[in-house]
Amino acid sequence: MTFTADLGLTYPELILAGGALLLLVWGAFQPRANAAVGYAAMAVLAAGAAAAAFSPFGRAFSGGFISDAAATFAKVAIYLASAVAIPLGQQWFARRGVRNFEFPVLIVIAALGMGMMASSGDLISLYVGLELHSLALYVLAAMKRDDAKSSEAGLKYFVLGSLASGLLLYGASLVYGFAGSTVYSDIAVAVQDGAGTGVLFGLVFLICGLAFKVSAAPFHMWTPDVYEGAPTPVVAFFAAAPKLATMVLFARVLSEGFTGAVEQWQQVLVAIALISVAVGAFAGLAQKNLKRLWAYSSIANVGYAILGLAAGDAQGVQAMLVFMILYMIDVTGFFACLAALSREGRAMETLDDVAGLFRERPGIAMAMTVFSLSALGLPPFAGFWGKYYVFKAAIDAGFVLPAVAAFVGSVVAAFYYLRLFKVMWFDPAPGRTDPPPGEARVVAISLALFSFPVVLVAMTWLDPLAATAAAALRLQ
Amino acid sequence: MPGILSLITFSPLIGVAGILALLLLGQPEDARTVNRAKWIALLTTLATLALSVLLVVQFDPTTADFQFVEERPWFAGLHYRMGVDGISVLFVLLTAFLMPLCIAASWNSIQTRVLEYLAAFLMLETLVIGVFCALDIVLFYLFFEFGLAPMFLIIGVWGGQRRVYAAFKFFLYTLLGSVLMLAAILAMINISGTASVPELMAYGFAPEIQTWLWLAFFASFAVKMPMWPVHTWLPDAHVEAPTAGSVILAGILLKMGGYGFMRFSLPMFPNASEMFTPLVFALSVIAVVYTSLVAFRQLDIKKLIAYSSVAHMGFVTMGIFSGNAQGEQGALYQMISHGVIAGALFLCVGVIYDRMHTREIAFYGGLVNRMPWYAAVFLVFTMGNVGLPGTSGFPGEVLTMTGAYQVSTWTAIVAASGVILSAVYMLTMYRNVVFGEMTNPKLMTINDLEFREVMIFAPLIVSTLVLGFYPAAIFDITQTSVDHLVATYRAATGG
Repeated sequence: MTFTADLGLTYPELILAGGALLLLVWGAFQPRANAAVGYAAMAVLAAGAAAAAFSPFGRAFSGGFISDAAATFAKVAIYLASAVAIPLGQQWFARRGVRNFEFPVLIVIAALGMGMMASSGDLISLYVGLELHSLALYVLAAMKRDDAKSSEAGLKYFVLGSLASGLLLYGASLVYGFAGSTVYSDIAVAVQDGAGTGVLFGLVFLICGLAFKVSAAPFHMWTPDVYEGAPTPVVAFFAAAPKLATMVLFARVLSEGFTGAVEQWQQVLVAIALISVAVGAFAGLAQKNLKRLWAYSSIANVGYAILGLAAGDAQGVQAMLVFMILYMIDVTGFFACLAALSREGRAMETLDDVAGLFRERPGIAMAMTVFSLSALGLPPFAGFWGKYYVFKAAIDAGFVLPAVAAFVGSVVAAFYYLRLFKVMWFDPAPGRTDPPPGEARVVAISLALFSFPVVLVAMTWLDPLAATAAAALRLQ
Repeated sequence: MPGILSLITFSPLIGVAGILALLLLGQPEDARTVNRAKWIALLTTLATLALSVLLVVQFDPTTADFQFVEERPWFAGLHYRMGVDGISVLFVLLTAFLMPLCIAASWNSIQTRVLEYLAAFLMLETLVIGVFCALDIVLFYLFFEFGLAPMFLIIGVWGGQRRVYAAFKFFLYTLLGSVLMLAAILAMINISGTASVPELMAYGFAPEIQTWLWLAFFASFAVKMPMWPVHTWLPDAHVEAPTAGSVILAGILLKMGGYGFMRFSLPMFPNASEMFTPLVFALSVIAVVYTSLVAFRQLDIKKLIAYSSVAHMGFVTMGIFSGNAQGEQGALYQMISHGVIAGALFLCVGVIYDRMHTREIAFYGGLVNRMPWYAAVFLVFTMGNVGLPGTSGFPGEVLTMTGAYQVSTWTAIVAASGVILSAVYMLTMYRNVVFGEMTNPKLMTINDLEFREVMIFAPLIVSTLVLGFYPAAIFDITQTSVDHLVATYRAATGG
């Protein structure tokens, strides 16, 4: 393929990269154009999503970049989720006196990295995409510079994230050394009859590094601290899209590169999934801070997504995709609610803070209730369907006992979602809340409406889309 | 009339929409808004009742097939599939019948957040009716589980002192049971390749798999029923729930367990059902005897009735798992009758609770002096609960025992003691509350039933007596379906 033909597959990336650079220059020279930069960034992301949706399929740059149904599916979701985070963050930072145009630009750069991850065809582009988005996220976590907690979160995230990158690189180098190539399709040829010790060693390191990035237990230690310290709208962003991107990457590496070693990685994934579900469910019980609570909830939920992947077939990948999309809706919506809430200028972040919220702010409280019940997995909310797909895939693949164990974990976790529900509806309010800002409220309520009842209709097209995307990954 | 089931199921949502509109328009505490919301709720439930009556009138009792079937493909092999047969149609009517009474009973007793309360109730009605109509196993699960949310609110927001504890217990107990059922549902879809209830009934699972599936379903239905020893959520939930909440809980939600056994466990896993019959019989008999004794020692009227419900549900499970026509008919009858009688008893408690704000038996005494009408009404339902011939409580108990007798003589004999025990605790309670000297000075000003309450009790008394004297009203509708159920069960188990 010629270079120009290769470029033809990367229009979404070109739009995002070019857009990010232009916005950076614009913001630097016109410091007062904050809001405009934000809207422009949203437009860039929307354009990227449109380009991704109509992107032709194929492989570019000697197999290092893949454009297929899975990449398209992931990119559209990632770009849109990133675009939603921009208005949330802008008004939030503006109200706290932090005026910086870098926020939307960093989101666009992160989205670019995530798109690369979804499209990566070899271990090098995997690493480049992963680092591009990670670096943007580290900065975003520390965005509120004058706040000690935010800086702490950024630093922690950076140090531990670098460690994970190190693990991943080490694994990649082992795989390269033993399999002789960094391109997934070549690796697949080398491991078609199961991975030898060397490759397997590398694969386990790769899995550990990726598990770290999606905050699956036992690599989850950073998550609660970073979620708690980082600015709430930033959490709304990086609890959602990056997880999807990493999970798609996860699926792609395992299914394109290591199809021959399915039985070997399945057991690792099942173990990670169950540990995550258990850690998320039990550790979450002790949390009083809502951001920490949802950090543990995200650990458990990533466990379910990985359980879907562990099924090791196209149905499992489809389940994982459906699960992640629906989980993104819930988690973005929940943090949008948190971003919208404050009491006399102070953020409301603990369980006690949201007491009696239903009396005070019925709309936001209803939305938070929907997200909690959805994350709990109560039918017919969005979260239930995600779990339904995952458990169905697991049971169809013969993982009956792990599925049942994960089910029981979801009942344990139900307790803390219910407690949140209870606090908001049953308890008396300690004082008046400030009026929620418009953008956050619109985002929260429309996402809640998606979670129920729109999801009941939306599943009819999400199901085939995810199936097509999963089929593109060519697992049997 | 196609689409009538969807219409019945979702018609309460029109009321929910109306109430939400009132809520959003502001001033939800305003007396006029509250009054409007009450009327919206009452009229919606009455409309649903009218539609349900129409449904039963049009129902053809000569066939065991599902009727009024609606089917639309959804996604991932699931369908929106509704339909009723002789087993489920009466539960739809029972639900629609009790709901307007609940709304009327809450007319003055619920003072806070009335709009939300009514919305939760209407939501619950939709979900409960949906459970009885759903013919896609996943759709069934949706309705079955979603009902937990409004019930959690009803207990937790409008309940008594320990409401939060009770609400959590209720939710988590039932959730644990249900997720196991969901695992079984997924396994069944995996094995059979269909989620359609009629097709699953005809599928015939291998006996060794049936055992596991049966246990998973049992975990869910036994909690819902509730059977001993997983019944402990029920007394807590009942005592803390507002009156109308208790009526729905006892009258309808408990029936989902029995309905589930008849719709899923028996026809889909006949070999496992037969294998586990001794277990179910043992648990049923323990429930009948043990909870009756527990009921006798209760100081709180509501708790007493709650334990009595567990005992009566023991008869139901016993009847269902006898696997013969008497047992099944008796179980169905007992469920319908218990829905009416237990609902009415909770309403009776509600009447004095609204006036005195206590349910302690010791607080009352001699009510007959000030409330003769109330005493008479209460007596009818007390006798009904005891199972006096001539009330609807009688045929169900007799038939379930007849059914069980054919399978296990000892079970029937021990269960029969439950009839005597129920007379012991019910009559003792009735004597202490209604008869005797009026010693408590606070009772001197208590008033007899008002017009609204008479209107609530009148249909309940009529149905208790009509069903008592003319049980064929129910048997005619259920017979064909029950015969079909028993015939397929017998064929599968070789009995």
